[in-house]
Amino acid sequence: MKIGILSLQGAFLEHEIKCAKLGVDCFEIRNKGDLKTGFDGLIIPGGESTVIGKLLRELDLFDIMRGMIGDGLPVFGTCAGMILLAKNILNDDRLYLATMDITVKRNAYGRQRDSFYTVGDFAGYGKIPMTFIRAPYIESAAAETEILAVVDNKIVAARQKNQLVTAFHPELHEDTCVHEYFFNMF
Amino acid sequence: MLAERYELNKNLAQMLKGGVIMDVTTPEQAQIAEEAGACAVMALERIPADIRAAGGVSRMSDPQLIKEIQAAVSIPVMAKCRIGHFVEARILEAIEIDFIDESEVLSPADDRYHIDKTQFVVPFVCGAKDLGEALRRINEGASMIRTKGEPGTGDIVQAVRHLRMLQAEIRRLASMSRDELYEAAKQLQVPYQLVAFVHENKKLPVVNFAAGGVATPADAALMMQLGAEGVFVGSGIFKAENPQKRAAAIVTAVANYQDAKLLAELSEGLGAAMVGINEQEIELLMAERGN
Repeated sequence: MKIGILSLQGAFLEHEIKCAKLGVDCFEIRNKGDLKTGFDGLIIPGGESTVIGKLLRELDLFDIMRGMIGDGLPVFGTCAGMILLAKNILNDDRLYLATMDITVKRNAYGRQRDSFYTVGDFAGYGKIPMTFIRAPYIESAAAETEILAVVDNKIVAARQKNQLVTAFHPELHEDTCVHEYFFNMF
Repeated sequence: MLAERYELNKNLAQMLKGGVIMDVTTPEQAQIAEEAGACAVMALERIPADIRAAGGVSRMSDPQLIKEIQAAVSIPVMAKCRIGHFVEARILEAIEIDFIDESEVLSPADDRYHIDKTQFVVPFVCGAKDLGEALRRINEGASMIRTKGEPGTGDIVQAVRHLRMLQAEIRRLASMSRDELYEAAKQLQVPYQLVAFVHENKKLPVVNFAAGGVATPADAALMMQLGAEGVFVGSGIFKAENPQKRAAAIVTAVANYQDAKLLAELSEGLGAAMVGINEQEIELLMAERGN
């Protein structure tokens, strides 16, 4: 198994460390050529969705990546990655890959002083650490979307077929549950 | 400050990695920066080149301007307070700024003490010329470091000097035997625990960006190749002929800093860069402020 990690901006290194810890091969995706090297799953990290989204288009990664996800490539988006995958963004006109039937709200909890840490149940794994940094949440999800975590009545993790998203940052903690869940989707 | 809060603040800096933070002086410039791919903006009344030209005492910006910029963009907004001016910092915290830059670009308010940043909920970024300075700021609670460079000059030489110095000192610490670290801590004037962290991890305990003098995509890529985790661009964008195009080119250059062919394309037809001034030609070295 080989994982491509979108490495245009944000916390991609943290995902690489997580993959290494679980013994999973990974490499950085920075240009079109990298998308043609053959890989089994994609991680879109946290960062700024406006930056990553813009660079996806500018570097001509956008259509290819969108096609690959549409064709069933397993993808895992954290925070900004979730925004990039959402079909609707409540408080933003910009739309990006728009492959997942969820409506998200950007910066839903407020500015940095409203960033927070908590523990919450994730997909039957029990309580796991969850860090929310200027985070979004899922306002609503299509019926076939599986809700994997809810914090304060807001959906913060979900899955639709080959797509997994979290509003929080599992890559920032020692815990490996969410990444294991992703690798088990293959 | 709660350990948990400090973690969250360091985490925000992690999310900015691989990005470009741009100085802006109006909501319109902030939108241009966001469209161009800035991962955050620094809201201020005057960019460093103009502060340098105007002379006189330079202070925190008008909170009203900062709030207008906050309203104009969805990305994090930073703002500067004077070194040691903890009341300016409290004001910035009160208007929910995402990051405070305790900055040598403004006139220092205190020539001995920096702000005790552990007492704040919001994160601070501070400048540093070398490892000792960086670790002293981190010990005071900084969540992010930027090498100082020389702001408002468009001259990269000091940014290179400071980042190289920092990296060399990190390598030196990493190569020491454990019993040498106590003496190193004494020389660097920082707690042993921070020195031990650098020794073990071969990096600072917080994210480190480069700043001060970045004017071209090549400058930005140079700082990334030298080991910066992202860059601040101050005067380099809105003092240039075509800010929009230059800003976007610098963002793409930082994301692909090792791709020389792409860097060549990005460097084409950007129009005139900021004129800049050489370090020998300036009277005020901002980097000397704070230690």
